[in-house]
Amino acid sequence: MRKRIVRTAGLVACSGLSGSVLANGWNMPVGVTDVSREIHSLHMIIFWICVVIGIVVFGAMFYSLFRYRRSRGAKAANFHEHTTVEVIWTLIPILILVAMAIPATATLKTMYDASEADLDVMITGQQWRWRYSYLGEEVAFTSNMATSRSQVSGESAKGENYLLEVDEPLVLPVDRKVRLLMTSDDVIHSWWVPDLAVKQDAVPGFVNENWVRINEPGIYRGQCAELCGRDHAFMPVVVEAVEPERFDAWLAERKEAAAQEALGVDREWELDELMERGEQVYSSICASCHQPDGSGSPPAFPALAGNQAILDDPDYHIDTVVNGVSGTAMPAFRSTLNPVELAAVITYERNAWGNETGDAIQPADIAELLDDE
Amino acid sequence: MASHLPPRPTAQQNQADAGGMAVDEHHHYGPRGLKRWLLTTNHKEIGTLYLIFSLTMFFIGGIFAMVVRAELFQPGLQLVEPEFFNQMTTMHGLIMVFGAVMPAFVGLANWMVPLQIGAPDMALPRLNNFSFWLLPVAFALLLSTLVMPGGAPNFGWTFYAPLSTTYAPPSTTFFIFSLHLAGISSILGAINIIATILNLRAPGMRMMDMPLFVWTWLITAFLLIAVMPVLAGVITMMLLDINFGTSFFNAAGGGDPVLFQHLFWFFGHPEVYIMILPAFGIVSVIIPTFARKRLFGYASMVYATASIAILSFLVWAHHMFVVGLPLVAELFFMYSTMLIAVPTGVKVFNWITTLFRGSLTFEPPMLFALAFVVLFTIGGFSGLMLAISPADFQYHDTYFVVAHFHYVLVPGAVFAIMAAVYYWLPKWTGHYPHTRLSQWHFWLSVIGVNLTFFPMHFAGLAGMPRRIPDYALQFADFNMVTSIGAFIFGASQLLFVVVVVLCVRGGEKAPAKAWDGAEDLEWTVPSPAPLHTFETPPHFEPHRH
Ligand code: HEM
Ligand SMILES: [Cu+2]
Repeated sequence: MRKRIVRTAGLVACSGLSGSVLANGWNMPVGVTDVSREIHSLHMIIFWICVVIGIVVFGAMFYSLFRYRRSRGAKAANFHEHTTVEVIWTLIPILILVAMAIPATATLKTMYDASEADLDVMITGQQWRWRYSYLGEEVAFTSNMATSRSQVSGESAKGENYLLEVDEPLVLPVDRKVRLLMTSDDVIHSWWVPDLAVKQDAVPGFVNENWVRINEPGIYRGQCAELCGRDHAFMPVVVEAVEPERFDAWLAERKEAAAQEALGVDREWELDELMERGEQVYSSICASCHQPDGSGSPPAFPALAGNQAILDDPDYHIDTVVNGVSGTAMPAFRSTLNPVELAAVITYERNAWGNETGDAIQPADIAELLDDE
Repeated sequence: MASHLPPRPTAQQNQADAGGMAVDEHHHYGPRGLKRWLLTTNHKEIGTLYLIFSLTMFFIGGIFAMVVRAELFQPGLQLVEPEFFNQMTTMHGLIMVFGAVMPAFVGLANWMVPLQIGAPDMALPRLNNFSFWLLPVAFALLLSTLVMPGGAPNFGWTFYAPLSTTYAPPSTTFFIFSLHLAGISSILGAINIIATILNLRAPGMRMMDMPLFVWTWLITAFLLIAVMPVLAGVITMMLLDINFGTSFFNAAGGGDPVLFQHLFWFFGHPEVYIMILPAFGIVSVIIPTFARKRLFGYASMVYATASIAILSFLVWAHHMFVVGLPLVAELFFMYSTMLIAVPTGVKVFNWITTLFRGSLTFEPPMLFALAFVVLFTIGGFSGLMLAISPADFQYHDTYFVVAHFHYVLVPGAVFAIMAAVYYWLPKWTGHYPHTRLSQWHFWLSVIGVNLTFFPMHFAGLAGMPRRIPDYALQFADFNMVTSIGAFIFGASQLLFVVVVVLCVRGGEKAPAKAWDGAEDLEWTVPSPAPLHTFETPPHFEPHRH
């Protein structure tokens, strides 16, 4: 009977270790930065130190367990203390640890030196997406998980990068030092890409600093590492590292697009245009809490469909979206969204799911409001 | 295996050993039935209450873990919604830490500290009753949050602000109250244990004669008194933030979310040692018994325990390596954490040297104690790896950390508790636990525990964050093995209940000295231990330590 159990357990263990596991790795990735390599080698050194200590300690233990069994006639000896031995096995571990601390300290110092960066990127965590902004370049966007809910629920097949794919990746140049500044709009998140060996908490009210210099172009995937509420599992990070020239071209293109959008602020917008743009913004930003059909999940997230408080009072509605509601999960979107996006999403909320105010909130009015405050 | 076990001391010896001790079974005239248990001030009855409570919580927390593992069996969301998943992980952690492990150790202390030091009872028996009865109230309250609007706490057992304040469900206030009650219970229990140990030792027993279980509990009790008030402080600040408009942890109001973590871990790190030091004590008592040899390095064990306790106040921020600490803080906490591994190592070396040239047998308590030494050490190794702060940037908040702390807590603390139960059941019930069933329980637990927690190391290194209800496809195999292991481990604990119930109801009779290599004072009173023992203090002969 016991044999059968052992056999089954063995089978389970073996099948677990077969196939995709070996292919996908079960160790820390070496990664694509100098720092990630250093960290990986620290990890391997301390691992082997543990293995060696383990062999010695468990070897001595199992030797005793077999050699000194009473069933084999072992008689207990009588020794029970030895100061020299105690001193030795206190000192040896200390020496090993000092030896380990030296390279660890050096690596840590490197990791903490974010000076002389070529590019600054501000990373803001929000329930449950990342917002990237290239400081001084007027380029900013949010990055949402692209995996569909139907894959999560099992209604459709799971793709290769299930849960680790986004609508817009963070694009970074290789071979340049990029300073990553982290903060959060709501709870604590943690931005993590294993191949870059960057994991840094994004803490509301603080700006943390980290940096990366990527050696190889490629797509690197990670996810939020700090429990941040309901959709913590669904806020992936994707970094696309490209050659510096391609990066510069990409950045110029994005700047141009941003400038175009800024021009749009001054003109008069039709209801239909606003609805179209608003729907995009709503589904990428608002729907995760207030639901795609505006039904919310009360009490934490109020419904917007048929919500008289906002429908009766456009100013209140605008204020809620622009400035958030302090003490609740509703963030202020004044710095996350531009005036066009704000006007469009508010218009959308006032005219979707049976809300029929007919209001077309104008980007220019929102821009004026932002300037006044 | 059973055939290799040595012949047991016979029940006749019971009378002989317990000779000089006239015990009057009839002088307990208290109330009967439910009232007896509500009002009891007897350390053995209160000990039993604690242990039953702990076992109940172990199963409730275990059911929550099974829900978590069932959801994680495959990628995708099959059984529960993410909101409920988060409630399950949170309640699992809270119940296991505060409801199962801590009360089990207090229950063991209640039963065994007076017996091991030759005291008639705990020093403060009424307080003892109160400390216990706070617990069912606290945990009934905590469990009731599951049916409250907005659900139970869902922010992890570490309840980081502002997720646990501004963004928390309305039930958080009840969670805070329940934690306050559990905390008061712990503080009162600790005061009682200290008072008992310092004042009620048998004449002739010096501090350095005390069994290590007593020593480790004495030190643990001081840790409890030092840090439970810090926990009380931090949850009170949360209460104020939630209900009274303060902004201790709310950045928008000028507060500091990182302050929360400093306060929490200033409590939290000593807390993890609160859950392991008594386990060290248990193992240090059991191994010499079944090696039939004195504990190697008694004094160094005491000093190592004390140094771990002191160092445990200086390492808290190793849980916060990625929150953005300044470089000097990273270095300080890396070095101090590496240092705390040294006395931990000394303990392991001493246990192994105790085995060396002993005369070993492998009764169930010994099996659990030996598994403790091996598997706890594996948890210590991953601890050492986590201490390397640059590497922790990769390990932190992944399944690697989950593997680490489950190795030290399940085959660590929980196995030690089970070893203690198997070791002292003959004293409590007068019967030996069923050997075959105990062995089955042991082997299934060992297999289950390793299948559950070992693959978590790989999942974490490969990049799987903790506390997620759904995961990318490359983690699927690890998670399936882990879930299967968890179901095996969970189911085999039912066997533990069977063994305990059978043992209470009957079984081979145990003499006063149930294990031939056992030397401490509890083995001089009859088995089962009568309700009142050591009413006249025994004479203690300091021969052993
Ligand atoms: C050799 C001794 C030990 C060392 C060096 C050590 C080190 C560490 C480190 C550095 C972490 C933080 C990892 C991270 O979050 O990134 C950690 C987490 C943890 N350790 Fe240990 N540890 C040791 C022993 C123990 C023991 C004896 C226990 C309890 C019985 C324990 C329980 C925990 C728990 C519960 C956590 C995680 C808490 C959480 O985040 O939920 N550790 N340990
Ligand atoms: Cu710790």
